[in-house]
Amino acid sequence: MNLRSSVDIITEWDIVAARQLGRNEAKDVGFGTVDQARITTAISELARNIYLYAGKGKIEIRQITEGNLRGLLVIASDKGPGIPDVRKVMEDGYTTSGGLGAGLPGVKRLMDDFKIETVLGEGTTISATKLLR
Amino acid sequence: MMTRIPILKLRDCLIVSIQWELDDQTALSFQEDLLDKLHTTAARGVVLDLTPIDFIDSFIAKVLGDVISMSGLMGAKVVITGIQPAVAITLIELGIRLENVVTALDLENGLEKLERELED
Repeated sequence: MNLRSSVDIITEWDIVAARQLGRNEAKDVGFGTVDQARITTAISELARNIYLYAGKGKIEIRQITEGNLRGLLVIASDKGPGIPDVRKVMEDGYTTSGGLGAGLPGVKRLMDDFKIETVLGEGTTISATKLLR
Repeated sequence: MMTRIPILKLRDCLIVSIQWELDDQTALSFQEDLLDKLHTTAARGVVLDLTPIDFIDSFIAKVLGDVISMSGLMGAKVVITGIQPAVAITLIELGIRLENVVTALDLENGLEKLERELED
């Protein structure tokens, strides 16, 4: 089973659409209220990063199965400038937007698995997974 | 699509209940509306109830933190009430501390706390 849905992030309203989609998908998988809040918040942060740093991009949400665990995979992709120093953006408190986003370390803590692929001048893809335990 | 959040006055306090998920524009216009209302009513305190809110991201947290500081500059105290367990957990995991913010479990406790703060 691999159900997927996505939201293009172009305006700030799309941030709202992406997190609403995420919440619905999280409910559908059977996550409790705390995990629903974690997933919704993580998607909101990722969508905002796209809006702030890349201008536009996409949030894709897939229902996944790993072993016998169900879960959600969130993929945030953009064709923006890329991240020059990944280690730096993963430090707590690092910001280039004056604190508009909590940053990626926060998203990593909210989710179970977190991966960044970024190429300067080509874009960034962030994948984050949450499994239902 | 933008909605305005109603701000009620009760004696020398303002009461705000945020009933639905905040988008960026609604959050920012709320910031201005609340400061305007403080200015026109000369209220000394604000209770901001978030009971129905089931998630707060860093942007909304920043707007709330800012409006509390701004209200402070205008001489008003703000008490936040009704933060749900899921919201408290995700805010801390996200790394947002909202330090120096006065909070209370619900509206009733919030009003009592505000009245005590205003007496000091």
